[in-house]
Amino acid sequence: MSHDHDHSHEPVTGAGEAPAAARVRALEELLVEKGVLEREDIRRRIDWLVSRTPADGARLVARAWADPAFKARLLADAREAAVEVGLDPGPSPVVVALENTEQVHHMVVCTLCSCYPKSLLGPPPDWYKSLPYRSRAVSDPRAVLDEFGVELGDEVEVRVVDSTANVRYLIVPRRPEGTGSLGEDELASIVTRDSMIGVALPAAPA
Amino acid sequence: MHDRGGSPTDAPIDRTEHELADWEILMDAIENALEHRGVMNTDQMRRGIESMPADEYERASYYERWLFSTEANLIERGVLAPGEIDERAAR
Amino acid sequence: MSLPLGTTVRVSTRQHERHHRTPGYVKGRRGRIERAHGHFRNPETQAYGGDGLPEQELYLVSFDLPGGDRVLADVFEHWLEAAE
Repeated sequence: MSHDHDHSHEPVTGAGEAPAAARVRALEELLVEKGVLEREDIRRRIDWLVSRTPADGARLVARAWADPAFKARLLADAREAAVEVGLDPGPSPVVVALENTEQVHHMVVCTLCSCYPKSLLGPPPDWYKSLPYRSRAVSDPRAVLDEFGVELGDEVEVRVVDSTANVRYLIVPRRPEGTGSLGEDELASIVTRDSMIGVALPAAPA
Repeated sequence: MHDRGGSPTDAPIDRTEHELADWEILMDAIENALEHRGVMNTDQMRRGIESMPADEYERASYYERWLFSTEANLIERGVLAPGEIDERAAR
Repeated sequence: MSLPLGTTVRVSTRQHERHHRTPGYVKGRRGRIERAHGHFRNPETQAYGGDGLPEQELYLVSFDLPGGDRVLADVFEHWLEAAE
């Protein structure tokens, strides 16, 4: 395959692809060729990643709403509670669920990088990884919540949790009014990813 | 540069989301696999990202930072030679 | 060193140029122990190929924000001093 010598040091990418795309593919090829990694292992990890969705976290929240004894177990040790429900809590040794109440509203950030409970919530949204979120969440959380359309009264204490180490945090949002008759599956369907980060409030179905 | 908490900014939070590109998922999987094999660990990965020159750090996307760090760590460890990725990517 | 829940602590302001996970915005601040996570390998040495031993206690510590809000961060014991 001939190519223009002017571009001989440019990565070969498909139309519209970031240059990084070709470099990552090259990285994979090299690591497999050198016997450092196995292609099958990489494939399995890709499959795992694409299977991660917020539905898992939502199941934990819905069960906690429906079952006070489970909620107590979830708040004591969210990793164990996830395993109990047959979910994969991910590689973090500690997962902590924090409950939002009438008095306290938690939200999560990782100011140093972008740590996130992706096993239970899927990959983090771009805004979570963004420099403005990482900067502003810990100095003016109410302004950030305002941008997300969440207004809390002065009597509510906002607690911003910065996951600086290997502990992953999941927020258990408040159960909305008017959901008393919903079964667990229906409850899970109203628990959004953003509500489990703490930047949104779940809404009862219309 | 990586330590952003409380950095002075009023910049609004852009809530546009993008689905991860195949190469980003692949990068995540490669890094996971390397950690699982004990070739590098999370702390080395983070340190590598922190070693990025400030302007590169700001410009790079999340997984571009991962690529930078993984490449730097692998070169440090002698698993890859400098420039080896670029050479292969240009084929 | 074991810090009971509710203990008032202060985060060290010591210079640390190499990799560490104590964010700048908590250094020097007074906080309160909210949760004890147990002990973990030290990222400061693991980041340079060390084994991270001995493990260090990790605590969730809360700090004041204006208006009665709080910011919380996971801080290793060797960054914390008991305070008034």
